[in-house]
Amino acid sequence: MFDFIIQGFGVALTPLNLGLAFSGALLGTLFGALPGIGPINGIAILMPLAYTLGLPAESALILLAGIYTGAEYGGRMSSILLNVPGDASAVMTTLDGYPLAKRGLAGPALGISAISSFVGASIAILGLTLFAPLLATVAVQFGPAELFTMMVFAFASMSVMMGKDPVKTALGAILGVLIGTVGVDSGTGIQRFTFDIPDLYDGIDFVVLIIGMFAISEILLMLESRLQHGKTGELPVIGRVFVTMKEILYCKGAMLRSSLIGFLIGVLPGTGASVAGAVAYTTEKRISDKDNTFGTGDMRGLSAPEAANNASAAGSFVPMLTLGIPGSGTTAVLLGALMLYNITPGPMMFSEHPKVAGGLIASLYIGNIVLLLLNLPLAGFFARVLTIPRWALVPGIVILSFVGVYQLHSDMGAIYLMLGIGILGYLLRKLNFSLATIVLGFVLGGLMEENLRRALAISGGDTNILWQSGISQGLWAASLLLILVPFLLSRLSKRKAQTA
Amino acid sequence: MPSTKRLAAALVAPLAIATVSLLSLPVMAADRSECIAPAKPGGGYDLTCRLAANGLLETGVIDSPMMVTYMPGGIGAVAYNHVIGVRSDDPNLIVAASTGAAVNLALGKFGKFTADDVRWVGALGVDYGAVVVNADSPWQTLDELMDDLKKHPSEIPFGAGGTIGSQDWMKAALIAKSIDVSPRKLRYVSFEGGGEALAALLGNHIKVYTGDLSELQSQLSSGKIRVLAALSEERVPGAFADIPTATEQGYDVTWPIWRGYYMGKDVSDADYNTWVERLKLLSEKPEFAKIREARGLFPIQKFGPDFDQYVKAQITDFKTLAQEVGLTQ
Repeated sequence: MFDFIIQGFGVALTPLNLGLAFSGALLGTLFGALPGIGPINGIAILMPLAYTLGLPAESALILLAGIYTGAEYGGRMSSILLNVPGDASAVMTTLDGYPLAKRGLAGPALGISAISSFVGASIAILGLTLFAPLLATVAVQFGPAELFTMMVFAFASMSVMMGKDPVKTALGAILGVLIGTVGVDSGTGIQRFTFDIPDLYDGIDFVVLIIGMFAISEILLMLESRLQHGKTGELPVIGRVFVTMKEILYCKGAMLRSSLIGFLIGVLPGTGASVAGAVAYTTEKRISDKDNTFGTGDMRGLSAPEAANNASAAGSFVPMLTLGIPGSGTTAVLLGALMLYNITPGPMMFSEHPKVAGGLIASLYIGNIVLLLLNLPLAGFFARVLTIPRWALVPGIVILSFVGVYQLHSDMGAIYLMLGIGILGYLLRKLNFSLATIVLGFVLGGLMEENLRRALAISGGDTNILWQSGISQGLWAASLLLILVPFLLSRLSKRKAQTA
Repeated sequence: MPSTKRLAAALVAPLAIATVSLLSLPVMAADRSECIAPAKPGGGYDLTCRLAANGLLETGVIDSPMMVTYMPGGIGAVAYNHVIGVRSDDPNLIVAASTGAAVNLALGKFGKFTADDVRWVGALGVDYGAVVVNADSPWQTLDELMDDLKKHPSEIPFGAGGTIGSQDWMKAALIAKSIDVSPRKLRYVSFEGGGEALAALLGNHIKVYTGDLSELQSQLSSGKIRVLAALSEERVPGAFADIPTATEQGYDVTWPIWRGYYMGKDVSDADYNTWVERLKLLSEKPEFAKIREARGLFPIQKFGPDFDQYVKAQITDFKTLAQEVGLTQ
């Protein structure tokens, strides 16, 4: 039954393919680390190159998959070091990663994130190898109604992030949802809040949003602090460089749980790594954040989204390889790459093209090991990016962001929009809003609305569809529990305190 | 701290080189030919540009590689406005277009501009719409589906990868119209791309998927879906030869999805003709047939004025349809 995997390792271990897996991993790390160039664009840029070089299908796929997984590793770097997420899925990484760097623990933070990424990806690849066909049949059971309740669940789990200022958290999430409504309405094709500006028809691009929100606002904050105090707020550079065994063991629960969550969410069509990271982080905060240290630089808060990101990236290969349906934007591009080679992924892929399917899965195993070996020893090296004076580093990153965004849109409109969002982000930060909740509102809100409208279109407006299936009922129950249990618990403990 | 500075330089240099090399592509290619894909990388327009770029180079019709750039925004509107406003006389620029762009032009979604504001060069490939149901579905033929649709027009959920008014929706609308059911009565569910719609069909969340023929190959061979009709003029050869057309089953619905190109309006006749000739020449090369097939496209022969008329006639048809179903006034 697993002949294809053995055959796959045979393919993946040839010198050419091994070299490609290595360079893919390296390039992917770079693409992920550069803000604005995520895995999708990295793959889209290199796909024609692979094709022009005349690489055979399995080699091209190995290169591209290496870039994909590499980018998931790379995206965390600027999150941790600069508080600027390199791509969509790294937003949650900023929450605990950056505070760690501020405390001089950039090296260990990078280390723990590499290890968590490795664990997440390994578990997911194993899941992909063993259960792909089975999971695919479960995944299609998630229709619009079920995906809607999934989003309800995700929002409910965000309640844990309310923290000190519940009103601002809620407002932030709502603001995110509102930003997500800009653009052509996905159901009817009617334009919402576009003001007849063609640049806004497709809505606000995720990359433009996060770069504006995080990077541009960062530079504005820096300018302000320079003008006021004559200082630019240098980060303490190096405490320790390497992560300790104790720290790894401290995070093991977070890693394992989040890997599972990430993998399962990755398998579902239409949900991606950013949703996986958010659900994993909030779940982990609920389970293990007894002392309220999440968000202040808790290793587990960094480990959870990192494991989930990478698990979800591998998980999204399940629907692609078994059903020919992309589970994420990036796998959609990979799917396009396969079509170039006249290979249509789908139910027959494992029997018709065992070399390609097996080679791909084997190369995921190998790429992942390569990435761990690449990232662990280099953690200290990357951490030294912080030795670059901030007045040079942050503008440098912003310039790269401008370049990345312009490269994607070939249009100044996107740049102006990014600047506008940057100013908004700056004001919001001054008002102590959490940018992560805004971004989550943006991602989850869009998915939630789309799926709600689809579900109601299917049922002809009958809302019963939203709690008809067992999956939906389970998710509704879980969401209710998430909101009610902490509330009841605090009531209970108060009463106990009173009677005592 | 000279050592940290050197280290910093060592770190920044590769980043800078990588970025510059990504960027320098357009700079180096100042006088080279270029194809704008009016979308993000990886979609149908990207494919359309690559079809021309790879085809022209591999068959030796052009000597130096053609550059593909992306200009997403407004389902093609940003690129349309850009070409008309900024590069209307660029002799080296072609822009990818498809049936979807014609639909948007008909609905006035490209702003104040019309199909007369650009020059339509030619099409290199075509795909066809298809009516697809789950293999477990009770409908064995298009007739059976149509009978049920006549009886309960608002109870069968259709789905596809575009909004109401998009080319994916048009397929469902035309099917309803062919049996005098108002498209406004349809239960239509729009998804983000055909893949999600197909997943919903496999999970039995929607009952009918109005997709494109070429994307169905692997599902077809696995026996998980049934294609009730191809929306082509004649049967499509190859893997799809057994699939009857809607026309031969007595329903007058065809839906070709052509993939072609336009140029700016102020390009000289000579430059325009050069491109028409290039595309014509390319389509006649035997190697090109393979490149086209690899992208799941079927042959089409429409170039120059011929293509121009075809696109404009299509837009007129879409306008009429849009008015009939109340999409536009």
